[in-house]
Amino acid sequence: MNAPNHTGLPEIIKKHETDLLADWLKEQTALATRQQVSLKEGELKSQCSEFLRLLRKGTQGNNPDISTPEWAEMRELLTSVSRSRAQQGFTPTQTATFVFSFKKSLFIRLRKEFANNADALADETWTATNLLDELGLFTTEMFQKTREEVILRQQQGLLELSTPVVMLWEGILALPLIGILDSARTELVMQSLLQKIVETGASVAIIDITGVPTVDTLVAQHLLKTVTAARLMGADCFISGIRPQIAQTIVHLGVNLGDITTKANLKDALALAMKQSGLTVVNTKKLKEMAA
Amino acid sequence: MMLLKSESLPIVSEQDIVRARQVARQWAIDLNFKLIDQTKFVTAVSELARNTLIYGRGGFMLLEAVEKDLRKGLRAVFEDRGPGIPDIEEALKDGFSTGNSLGLGLPGAKRLSNEFEIISQPGEGTRVTIARWT
Repeated sequence: MNAPNHTGLPEIIKKHETDLLADWLKEQTALATRQQVSLKEGELKSQCSEFLRLLRKGTQGNNPDISTPEWAEMRELLTSVSRSRAQQGFTPTQTATFVFSFKKSLFIRLRKEFANNADALADETWTATNLLDELGLFTTEMFQKTREEVILRQQQGLLELSTPVVMLWEGILALPLIGILDSARTELVMQSLLQKIVETGASVAIIDITGVPTVDTLVAQHLLKTVTAARLMGADCFISGIRPQIAQTIVHLGVNLGDITTKANLKDALALAMKQSGLTVVNTKKLKEMAA
Repeated sequence: MMLLKSESLPIVSEQDIVRARQVARQWAIDLNFKLIDQTKFVTAVSELARNTLIYGRGGFMLLEAVEKDLRKGLRAVFEDRGPGIPDIEEALKDGFSTGNSLGLGLPGAKRLSNEFEIISQPGEGTRVTIARWT
């Protein structure tokens, strides 16, 4: 069935605006109670009446394609509705219900209006249902987008959180790596380490990979690059936290870490770094005992 | 050989490589793999999943838990519809890379596995199968 060239929707919405709004609000409140979500009444009412206004405006253009400029305001409204619902913890279904719940109220009006004209009723219902489906799906899409933005922000947050460079001693830096080392993170790790070397004038940097579960060739390559870069800046670089299974895997992979100093744990790496810097740790208690 | 369970995972982004590794590790733990065998298998999966993504332009990994003669094992099949490998022998040489990598991923994965098979047709894609037994 083809959509009619001219739809009676704008007139019907105009004629019954108050009734439609009241019915729709009632419907949404009932649904909200069933879905156990709380809607802010004032906000909902203004969103609904704005929706009706824009729906009338949009249908006047006789263009059912909601991606066109005629529907720009409607898209904005739905974006803000789904954004606020996403932030309030609504599910995608509960969010799209905003649009879909309008069908009942509208269809009741259409039926009354076209009681004597079955063809027109079918056509109008078809047009309306198509349109509302599209608007509802758009709401879901926007909902998803909002959630994806949140995830992306969290990912970036994690990225920055997880690359602290700490100073263990004057001139000795440590970079404890935890989790997955992908290209984006390694870049950040390398940057912050090199930056810290400049700031502190450190002579030794220890990269600790105790918290890295899998060391494959890409991770190894990243480590090699970071060590080389640190050396170019005049700092010696050790890698610590090489567990037995990691050592064996690296051998099987055939990665050559030959000229990099590696240690099984951070303690040994720190001891070596202190030794190289001419530092010794003395147990004063024992010294006193020996003197006594 | 008896199939205990299997799962197919898409490999179309960096996140999928992480997911492939996590699933592989969990399954290896479930089959009571020793830590060293877990690590070897997971590392091989990581290498091959990355090859599927980068050189094969994406594909999928089929992970299978199998049992043969009372020994349990994991098998992973990586399949892509990428450009394929014109010279497999060369691709299996240490240090050979068409990208900007160490060139150790494919030969490394072979050394980390008990069984290794690679089938590639230029222009059609590549399938790499590895297995590791408890």
